[in-house]
Amino acid sequence: MTCWETFLAYALRSQGIGEHLLPRTDFTICQQVVLIGSGMIWNIYFGAVALFLGFFLATALAVAKGSRHIWLRKPASWFIFVFRGSPLFVQFFFAYFLFLALKNQYPIFSPFSAAWLGALVVLFFNTAGYAGEIFYGALQSIPKGDVEAADAYGMSGWRRFRRVIWPTLLRLAWPAYTNEAIFLFQSTTLVFFSGFPAAGQMGDALYYAKYFADKTFNPFVPYPILAGYFILLTLAITALFGAINTRLNRHLPKDRRPRLRFRPQLLR
Amino acid sequence: MAWLGCYLTTPKHMALWESLGTVLLLLAITAPAALLMGFGGASAARSRIPPLRWIGKTYIALVRGVPDIAFFLFFVIALDQGIEYARQLILCPDWHEPVRQGNDFIVCPAAKMPPGTASAFVHAAYSFALAVITFAIVFGAFAANVLYGAMQAVPRAQMETAEAYGMSHRQAYWRVLVPQMWVYALPGLSNLWMVLIKATPLLFLLGVEDIVYWARELGGAKTPMFTSYPHADWRVWYFAGLLIFYLLFTRASELVLDRIMARLTFGQATTAGERQRKGAA
Repeated sequence: MTCWETFLAYALRSQGIGEHLLPRTDFTICQQVVLIGSGMIWNIYFGAVALFLGFFLATALAVAKGSRHIWLRKPASWFIFVFRGSPLFVQFFFAYFLFLALKNQYPIFSPFSAAWLGALVVLFFNTAGYAGEIFYGALQSIPKGDVEAADAYGMSGWRRFRRVIWPTLLRLAWPAYTNEAIFLFQSTTLVFFSGFPAAGQMGDALYYAKYFADKTFNPFVPYPILAGYFILLTLAITALFGAINTRLNRHLPKDRRPRLRFRPQLLR
Repeated sequence: MAWLGCYLTTPKHMALWESLGTVLLLLAITAPAALLMGFGGASAARSRIPPLRWIGKTYIALVRGVPDIAFFLFFVIALDQGIEYARQLILCPDWHEPVRQGNDFIVCPAAKMPPGTASAFVHAAYSFALAVITFAIVFGAFAANVLYGAMQAVPRAQMETAEAYGMSHRQAYWRVLVPQMWVYALPGLSNLWMVLIKATPLLFLLGVEDIVYWARELGGAKTPMFTSYPHADWRVWYFAGLLIFYLLFTRASELVLDRIMARLTFGQATTAGERQRKGAA
């Protein structure tokens, strides 16, 4: 089988398209690269969707945590504390068994016990918690003058938020938020361990990396391939978020624009 | 209530409590070890001797650059195989068969680690030790990075004053730099401590029978055939307990670290130190 044929057969295997039978003997590098790459589709799906939805919830949480009303502030603070204060790994397990228990009572929860939705919900809440704290920190450090200027123009409520507070908040929070995004994508690998079943062997990148490591007893090929994919993904995210960062700060002189600095974190 | 008390003290549950102790033990060993590694790494990276400096900087850069649980999985296997290979070179020099035979990793029987005859306890202790070493090396690099930054953050004037007083390089380092750097290092270190707490469930991945393992085992549905305490699937409750355990632990750490920070800030030339001084006056 040439490498191109392997690509055609396995490139979309993680979506259930193409050859279903995994290679069992004579593993080639090409097979490993293609199949682990095929699994990456799931990692990107989890990361991208959770990040997109989490962004809106995080903004809401940050505003609620900064609110004067105790009924808004307390729940938001607790939400952020719960998701930042406990390991994502335990959250995954807890959510999985919670969904299993709920499924027995209400059949509507049955899709939640599969990885594509259940794990996504956990990642969504988790990233919302972390990003909410980042946004809250940025909200606290919005220059007083900006808000006073908005007041002087007669803006208030939603208009002031939309035109003045929100853009400044994003601008201040963006470097930290970029790190959070990179980190979220990296923690999508935990989905594999969390007990959420991958339907019909349609696993993520780590699923295939582990498969090859188990079959060949040689971790030195599949895991570096996996790491290589994640480095590429990190570079892509940095480029995208860097472009957004430039746009957010386009009104500032060049030397005063904050630079994105990748600060790797380990685990969550 | 009495039933619950009895249920929670079955031998299997005792194993759960024990594994809770394992987690605390891991934290108790790893935190000082990582701090020590970090201190060594940071000192090496600041050293005036080039090779030592390169080692320190490489150590920080290498481990920090590969952030993933893939690293954990990879590192443990690599360490395990490395130890076995080293033992083979020492213990059976006549053994010339290749280590990698196709897909298998084979060493001579005497070099197996832990020895095949060892008890289950030794096996458990060995995998625990591997986990501790992995955690210490990885978190040591993170701590080294934090401490290196903290050493740089100590005002230059402080070191210059020390030199003006005629202190040698070593004296200035131990008497001025090290006592002052902690206040700059503490925010980073406390963040690291939180990450370390949250990293402990990964013991499960490293093959130690930890709390995640037992929560899954004990929570699973039981029938009267296997146990005198039959119950339905209770895993959700076990994991809820685990979640609360971690939340309480994090909260307690936060409170303690806040107090340490207040202590360390006392009399320091930082904004918070200044505020403390004014508040007292």
